[in-house]
Amino acid sequence: MSDVVAVETGLGGIGTRGRLSSIPPVILLCFLIIGGAVFVAIFGRLIAPYSPGQQNVANVLQKASAEHWLGTDALGRDILSRILAGARTALVGPIVIAAASMVIGNALGLLAGYRGGRVEAVIMRWVDFMWAVPGLLIMIVVVGQFGGGYWMAVAVLLVLTIPFDTRVIRGATLEQAPRPYVEAARSLGVSDWRIMGLHIWPNVSHVAVANTCLVFASSLVALSSLSYLGLGLSPGTPDWGLMVAEERNDLFVSPIAPLAPALAIVITATSLNLIGDWFYERLSSRGATR
Amino acid sequence: MTGRPPARFRQSFAFYVLRRLVMLVILLVAISFVVFSFEYITPGNVVDTLLGLSPRTPETVAALKHEYHLDEPFFTQYWIWARDAAQLDFGNSLRTTIPVSDTLRSRLPTSLFLGGYAFVMTMIFGVLLGAVAALKRRRLADRGIVAGAIVGLSTPAFVSGILLLWLLAIEVKAFPSFGLGSGFFDELWHLTLPALSLALISTAFVLKHARAAMVSVLDQDYVTFARARGLSPRRVFFLYAVRNALIPVVTISGIILAFLITGAVLVEVTFSLSGIGSLLVQAATTKDLPMLQGVVLVVAATIMVANLLVDLVYAAIDPRIRLGGRTA
Repeated sequence: MSDVVAVETGLGGIGTRGRLSSIPPVILLCFLIIGGAVFVAIFGRLIAPYSPGQQNVANVLQKASAEHWLGTDALGRDILSRILAGARTALVGPIVIAAASMVIGNALGLLAGYRGGRVEAVIMRWVDFMWAVPGLLIMIVVVGQFGGGYWMAVAVLLVLTIPFDTRVIRGATLEQAPRPYVEAARSLGVSDWRIMGLHIWPNVSHVAVANTCLVFASSLVALSSLSYLGLGLSPGTPDWGLMVAEERNDLFVSPIAPLAPALAIVITATSLNLIGDWFYERLSSRGATR
Repeated sequence: MTGRPPARFRQSFAFYVLRRLVMLVILLVAISFVVFSFEYITPGNVVDTLLGLSPRTPETVAALKHEYHLDEPFFTQYWIWARDAAQLDFGNSLRTTIPVSDTLRSRLPTSLFLGGYAFVMTMIFGVLLGAVAALKRRRLADRGIVAGAIVGLSTPAFVSGILLLWLLAIEVKAFPSFGLGSGFFDELWHLTLPALSLALISTAFVLKHARAAMVSVLDQDYVTFARARGLSPRRVFFLYAVRNALIPVVTISGIILAFLITGAVLVEVTFSLSGIGSLLVQAATTKDLPMLQGVVLVVAATIMVANLLVDLVYAAIDPRIRLGGRTA
């Protein structure tokens, strides 16, 4: 898998290290978008011009205007305010998943790639199994049938995401394991855990960081899909996926009502994917010159 | 690696097929067991769901328990259920009281049509665009295609569905916004928008892989040699490059299938199509247990059989796979 994550985006910025000027404008824009999204996820409810739940029946399905920048929905609620408030459920779950999956997936991947043998066989069978399973279906069954809401969905998605990280890190570890520096460390009597964590991991960290961005993007898409289907969040909650579902029938009357939250999802996910690809390219080219 | 006769058998294609078939059966049994135990891990009990608002007497409860074999031990219940399920009898829906298998059968064709249509689109657009991008590497066309693929990968099927509906059914009235149509071509026309939105994400995925494979194939010596011999660029491209670039695309078919099944759920809900995907959401949200069990088993079996077929094709093409080598 790891070789295709690195499809060249042609965005430049390869070679020079860490300096801000070496970041191509597109990526800078992506970082700004994600920074803005995180800011809104924290302070969204405070900066929203209206309360996201405030209905106004005399003012339904308005077009964009000076008072309502993105118009109003079928219940007269301000769409911009709802998008700002909805950033929280859109981002918090994916951030938790990306971080936890990075820690657990990296540990399992290093273990499988370095130790090999039975440990690897068990981990990889589980990975293969999870890999072929359509995650959204599992989430629908678990959250729909057993309840548990948003955090249950996050937990299920985390379990489904870990194999993705594990597989990528195992692949990268397999490339590192036969190298002389690993053998040197082993002959000096360094413990396996130390070799995995302090010797091999820094050399596969570029894959880990890039992969975490991609996991962030894909779990954002998956969680918003689940809330679009009406699972995980209660009706009326300001959430991007749920807003698209609730305003879907107004597409003929007021296209902006479902399209605005839909675009919010696409723009955020695209920025994350671009950043992930860029990280992969930049850091892997740095690793190659070592 | 060669030498010992048992090792040779262990590396034979027949042994590989046998091993995979045994694995398939074990997995199916394991999944059916999990699906059966939904009944026990679901909050609330079946008798309550079945009774609904009708009066509850000890007699009706006992009768229901007997009818649904709830008075038997767990493994006996599983055995009775699994025996019926193996014959595609999943019982009656708790909501509609229609047999689950009838509903599945009436909804399956729509989903298969939609999935097949999207799969064809995915393969054609994905491979072609990927090949073009690799050929025009680092030029404007390549950058445009790759950027498009990244946006495509970031767009969930319901978002692309809403966008396509708005663009091609409302702004430009080129396609119908709902309904199934009658007859093959009418159906094809009606399902074009749903299939397009379903195919978008998997096309982007195939495109990335096809491009990466194509880039490495175009760098190979035999391609350079073919060019040096003066073969026409078109001949080199189609006969030498595309064919070899297709092999990695075969390996990701399992993931494409997972994309299509996931996307089908969203697309069917968005376009109000009555297929298996919308049935799954309906069964999960209304807690219709027999229906849910039936849908999950059918989908799981489909995925596993399809993956097995892909792996067999791949093992037939590439012997390294069945040797079980440690490849990165």
